[in-house]
Amino acid sequence: MENFLQQLINGLTLGSIYGLIAIGYTMVFGIIGMVNFAHGDVFMVSTFIALIIFLALTTLFSIPSIYIALFLVMVAAMILTSVWSWAIERLAYRPLRGSFRLAPLISAIGMSIFLMNFVQVTQGPRNKPMPPILEHVFYLYGQPGAANAVTISSRQIIIMAATAILLTIFWYVVQKTALGRAQRAVEQDRKMAALLGVNVNRTVSITFIIGAMLASVAGTLYLLQYGVVRFDDGFIPGVKAFTAAVLGGIGSIPGAVLGGLLIGLIEVLWAAYVSSDYKNAAAFSILIIVLIFMPSGLLGRPEVEKV
Amino acid sequence: MDVAAAKRPTRVQTALREASFAGLIAALLSFPILALRVEADMNNRLVLEERWPLVGVATLSIFVARFLSSILDDWRARALAIAGALSNLFAIGLMIFPDRPQIGLALWFGASGSTLMAAGLYFEREGRAAPERPIAAPQVAKTSRTSGLINLVGIVALGFVIAYPLVLLAWLGPQGSLKWINNYGVQILIYVMLGWGLNIVVGLAGLLDLGYVAFYAVGAYAYALLATTFGLSFWICLPLAGILAAFWGILLGFPVLRLRGDYLALVTLAFGEIVTIVLTNWVDLTNGEAGISSIPRVSFFGLPFTAADDGFAATFGIAFSPIHRTIFLFYLILVLALITNVVTIRLRRLPIGRAWEALREDEIACRSLGVNTTNTKLTAFALGAMFGGLAGAFFAVRQGFINPNSFTFMESATILAIVVLGGMGSQIGVALAAVAMVGGTEILRELDFLKVLFGNDFDPNQYRMLIFGLAMVVMMVWKPRGLISTREPSIFLKERRGVAGSLVKEGHG
Repeated sequence: MENFLQQLINGLTLGSIYGLIAIGYTMVFGIIGMVNFAHGDVFMVSTFIALIIFLALTTLFSIPSIYIALFLVMVAAMILTSVWSWAIERLAYRPLRGSFRLAPLISAIGMSIFLMNFVQVTQGPRNKPMPPILEHVFYLYGQPGAANAVTISSRQIIIMAATAILLTIFWYVVQKTALGRAQRAVEQDRKMAALLGVNVNRTVSITFIIGAMLASVAGTLYLLQYGVVRFDDGFIPGVKAFTAAVLGGIGSIPGAVLGGLLIGLIEVLWAAYVSSDYKNAAAFSILIIVLIFMPSGLLGRPEVEKV
Repeated sequence: MDVAAAKRPTRVQTALREASFAGLIAALLSFPILALRVEADMNNRLVLEERWPLVGVATLSIFVARFLSSILDDWRARALAIAGALSNLFAIGLMIFPDRPQIGLALWFGASGSTLMAAGLYFEREGRAAPERPIAAPQVAKTSRTSGLINLVGIVALGFVIAYPLVLLAWLGPQGSLKWINNYGVQILIYVMLGWGLNIVVGLAGLLDLGYVAFYAVGAYAYALLATTFGLSFWICLPLAGILAAFWGILLGFPVLRLRGDYLALVTLAFGEIVTIVLTNWVDLTNGEAGISSIPRVSFFGLPFTAADDGFAATFGIAFSPIHRTIFLFYLILVLALITNVVTIRLRRLPIGRAWEALREDEIACRSLGVNTTNTKLTAFALGAMFGGLAGAFFAVRQGFINPNSFTFMESATILAIVVLGGMGSQIGVALAAVAMVGGTEILRELDFLKVLFGNDFDPNQYRMLIFGLAMVVMMVWKPRGLISTREPSIFLKERRGVAGSLVKEGHG
């Protein structure tokens, strides 16, 4: 039981990260109907940006407080990753609107391969282990050193708190602001929205930027929690976050968060109780099963085929 | 001068503004990733290595390229001028950085860069002087002439490929030609065959398959396991591997083929990954990461390629040399690839092939006209899988050792990139793309001056996938129908009418 509670906490931590990435997939799919295959690699790029800025701040400028450093890292990663995502949309996806259906997906796969190998070439192929920080652990149950102790680390608290705060801000932007209304209008009918004076290109760009910001927060938190990153670390989390988006119902933002938490829990529990070798296989199987048997997911709308 | 004209920015001003913006973006993109490299030092602590000049180079290159492309009208002029300017910048860089000054190379790059720029300016002047050309009427005759030319190219290329190992053998001798036949010939032909196999699925039927390497793996492991466990010969295992792969294709195909195009792509991706995970973790069967070694090598229809008395060399009374096996492998994969090609070309003209192409263009129309879309997709999937399996069996017999690392997503992506660059549907295009992309990076390895420039640890393979990815994007943006496009339907009603490829909109695939 204690072990199960511990796994629950670990699963929710991982799930928060997947949820943040999944929002990027689901928003882009909602607004222009494409699977942004490169989103996982944007997440990986943001992790590298965060790592580099963190090292630069702590070694070159020697910032004393770890919390100020983390905050600066997160802001810098958000800004720089948005530039990446904006540029990708502008160069690789925007010219393809109105092209044949698979063109944006193929372009996105190309972009994903490019980003992965760009980071490999510029940063080297080896693992980058970050020195562990914020190792303080709170005991929710049991004594330190006991086998049945349930713990939560300050990192995990930061991850869950940051996710919750960001999701609230994000929810407010999408539901209450003019920008959010424009986004939902473009999602419903791009041509009609354009006729009514919505700047479609700008709205789509901002969608990519918001997705990248959430992914960069996920990247910073991923680095904080796991402390190691490699050039191909965007692929598997990317596919899992996409699975989360599909499981929650692609196009639905609450669905993406729910799906992320579920995938995180399933992965951690599977690794703990069934087989850690096959934990990725479990996530991939969920993707296949959901796509085949319930393509509209848990909270999504069924898709109507239009001629 | 009137006020309105004075206020409007000139062309140069506009170009400068756009170029500055592009330069700023380039600087922001390259700032942390290019400028600072994270490396673990001796104590496994991370340290930053500063490389600020790279950011300057990237920013300046993008600035110059954007400036030239917005100030020049003619696309040839743009391409030439940008290439020339970058070459000149490179030459200046070679002169400035004093740790490895390369005066000769700098002069060479500077001169060729200036020539390119001059050629670009010539095109630009010519383009401005020429009157607006009327939009060309659809050229009906040209298509048939182009396809005749493509056929001719195909025949010449085939002749060249057949003669290739023998000419090399005569020219360089058994020792010198081994590398060229193996690294260039056999290696490229494997990718040609895989490209042609995937082309049936992606190019003809319009189903994006991101897990093609799974069938390649099924073929390779089928041969390896059948040969090492039951001692079956390659010639029995080869068709078995193909059948098994096709069987897996059907097994996967049944549930997934009613999905939409991009969902199908992701399900095949997941399937491919699951196959790799199972191959890695089912140690009892596949020996996991360690792989299967000492797979029986290929024999000349029963005669082994050994120095023994009953070997190939002794039987035919020639001196033993390892090159015999390589040449045999070369012709074997050539035959396998040609079978793939011939089957595809013939099937395109049968009802099933026409159904594939109709399906690619518009699935809903196809269903309305009574085409059984499930069966049509399934045959394409199974056939593509079968050729992937045959190529896999060949891969196993050539390497003699296989492990799951040969069957990763990157391999699928490479094959897909070849098909996309070849123009999705064009047989000769796929072959050319395989030669250019696989052969091209092998050639880069041979160029010594690149080592002088980039240091001794320069490995073109690192840049291969970088270029592949970028090329896929450029291809989609610039010419989504491929470089050599034969995506026109194979059959016409009554008369041929010229329809621009861009007008033929693709339906839900």
